[in-house]
Amino acid sequence: MIAEIGHFSLSLALTLALAQATLPLYGAAKNDARLMAFAHAAATGQLLFVAIAFAALTAAFVTSDFSVSLVAQHSHSAKPLMYKIAGVWGNHEGSMLLWVLILALFGAAVPAFGRNLPETLSARVLAVQGMLGVGFLAFILFTSNPFLRLDPAPLNGNGLNPLLQDPGLATHPPFLYLGYVGFSMAFSFAVAALIEGKVDPAWARWVRPWTLAAWAFLTLGIMLGSAWAYYELGWGGWWFWDPVENASLMPWLAGTALIHSAIVVEKRDALKHWTILLAILTFTLSLIGTFLVRSGVISSVHSFASDPTRGVFILALLVATTGGALTLYAIRAPQMKLGNLFTAVSREGGLILNNILLVAITAVIFLGTFYPLFLQITTGTQISVGPPFYNFFFVPLSIVLMIAMTVGPFLSWKRGDLGQALWRLKIAAVAAIGVGVATAVVGTGSLAVLAFAAAAWLFVGSLAVIAGRVGNDWTKAWARISGLPRATWGMVVAHIGVAVTAAGIAAVVSWTEETVALLKPGETAKVGHYEVRLLTVEDVKGPNYTSKLGRFAVVAGGAQIDELVAERRNYPNPGSDTTEAGLRVRPLDVLYVTIGQSHPGGAWTVRMYHHPLVFWIWGGSVIMVLGGALSLSDRRLRVGAPRRAATMQAAE
Amino acid sequence: MIRLALLLLALTLSCSLARAVEPDEVLADPALETRARALTQELRCVVCQNQSIDDSDAPLARDMRVLVRERIKAGDTDDEVRAFVVARYGKFVLLSPPVEGDTFILWLAPFAITGLGALAAWAYLRGLARQPATAAALTPTEEDAVQRKLDEAP
Repeated sequence: MIAEIGHFSLSLALTLALAQATLPLYGAAKNDARLMAFAHAAATGQLLFVAIAFAALTAAFVTSDFSVSLVAQHSHSAKPLMYKIAGVWGNHEGSMLLWVLILALFGAAVPAFGRNLPETLSARVLAVQGMLGVGFLAFILFTSNPFLRLDPAPLNGNGLNPLLQDPGLATHPPFLYLGYVGFSMAFSFAVAALIEGKVDPAWARWVRPWTLAAWAFLTLGIMLGSAWAYYELGWGGWWFWDPVENASLMPWLAGTALIHSAIVVEKRDALKHWTILLAILTFTLSLIGTFLVRSGVISSVHSFASDPTRGVFILALLVATTGGALTLYAIRAPQMKLGNLFTAVSREGGLILNNILLVAITAVIFLGTFYPLFLQITTGTQISVGPPFYNFFFVPLSIVLMIAMTVGPFLSWKRGDLGQALWRLKIAAVAAIGVGVATAVVGTGSLAVLAFAAAAWLFVGSLAVIAGRVGNDWTKAWARISGLPRATWGMVVAHIGVAVTAAGIAAVVSWTEETVALLKPGETAKVGHYEVRLLTVEDVKGPNYTSKLGRFAVVAGGAQIDELVAERRNYPNPGSDTTEAGLRVRPLDVLYVTIGQSHPGGAWTVRMYHHPLVFWIWGGSVIMVLGGALSLSDRRLRVGAPRRAATMQAAE
Repeated sequence: MIRLALLLLALTLSCSLARAVEPDEVLADPALETRARALTQELRCVVCQNQSIDDSDAPLARDMRVLVRERIKAGDTDDEVRAFVVARYGKFVLLSPPVEGDTFILWLAPFAITGLGALAAWAYLRGLARQPATAAALTPTEEDAVQRKLDEAP
């Protein structure tokens, strides 16, 4: 019964989406206030119906209702509650339902937070959101219905892939989707602006917070996924250039470019054509990300769906969405003004360079992901594109990007003075040279030395932005610091996050040490400055798995300083193994220990890694997210900001 | 369909991602072992998806790792080892595809896109300079003054 309520509710949502996609558009064209206002009600209604459907599916998972086919395939009564809930989106159908739930959430946020939007713009934005809703709800109902029944119902389910039974992995898809789907707002705003034929600074100010929020969520999602891979896959890898990871990185890069180009539209009323295109591109890449993971076109370690009809449907959605938007762009673009004049060396110029580099990196990843497929279809030749290819382009481009993004904030709008900007970065230059020399002395590859130096340059250069605003008069320092706009703080903090992540990556790539040893209990092996002794190996029974649990003593200078536990778990439903690494986490390094196979004579394969600065990779990402949040809290981006400023003045 | 699913299951089981070098494979000479590790990280396991033989614990990946180490012990240079493995398993095993005929696009496109981006930016700047002036704009100094006020506004 509950499943049928969900199914019915989803059908209602589709019907409502159809109305939302059409009536407000007509209303906006005819200036009919009632039809435009309908968009708000429809968007709220859609959230309600999709939420009911999602709740119904969640209920089926929580109560282990195995008469629902999806639950029988992906859940098991012995699973802990948290993973029963995570199981809702741990499969194709449920994850698509989460996708539309978030789409509906963003749609409903427009009437909730966008009260100051012009009526026609908000009606058109919601209509475009409605069209996306139609596409994806139809996709779910016609190709991936999560509510199909099974008769007779099995006694128990197949279980969830044990690799997915982990807090990090269970929570990262919702964040990724908040990011992917969040970019639909940028897309809808872009298409609505094309329909209106008006792109101006006010438009950019409305579209930027949505994009920024989506970007922050996506950053968090990618970070959680990467951290999960690090401790769960058992050898300390944190990025694999796997198609599914690339699928999330491409919209992230394009979205990063978008939040920067939108600044130019907002502040200078220029770069409008490109910003609109970038908004379309970013959401297209989000759709491709969905396509990549869901169609099984490019199978990868992560892919858990492979059904060609779904692939064709998503491809059709992609062509309709992107093709439609680009056609509209082609019609409208000639009428848009180019914008205000500026020279190449200026803040605008710096932001354009940022965009060129980010798009080039996106293109590298796109090519690496799709070129093998393209070649196989056209010529039948099979090639592999792996980490060596990506690193060849990604590393130098990122270093150039870091060098440039340090200078950009010091250039003034319209016409900047490069010499003066570099002079103001003299302390950063000293820091960069110092760090470069220090890392070269320690013994680091030349590219990594450059990366370290660039990270130091960016870190100190970002702080210099604040220092520059404070000036030399220390008595006024606090007043000036607290007077800085939150958006400036956000930029500084996010850029510092990039520097921290880059330093972490360079350190792990350069200085990781690894030891593989056969140890019997009582024996010791060395890795980095640590000695690790295997104490015991026990058999342990978990709620839905059995495990070999190894206890290790960490020894430094003859004394035991820590004890680590590493497990190798076997899940019978469905049968497979996972590794739970033992981690000693310190700000400057991580000791990583895993236990492998047993050998005759009571010895065990033990792998140990010493990863310097590895936590900086994710710490830096968290700092980036904080920067995004700070920027979002800027009053200039908030609803009703001018009014509050006015009342404050009156109070004084 | 079920057979396919079973095959996929078997493949994923034999290809679980895990640093797979077992202690008995490791070469005694650390310099040679470092070379072996570097080489095995750029060679793909042919029965797995997107994994190097260094990452894969599939039996075939183990065979390939042992093969690479045998060639290194026999005194091959890195290029000779690569050539040997390619002769046996095909170019497919190279995670960094060689620059030749059908991969020119792959290797050159990133340069072309960066160049095109720069060209487009240049064309845009020229377009900006050439467009007819509309309303009497503020002078740069006035503009800057306004901007500074805006930036400093609490």
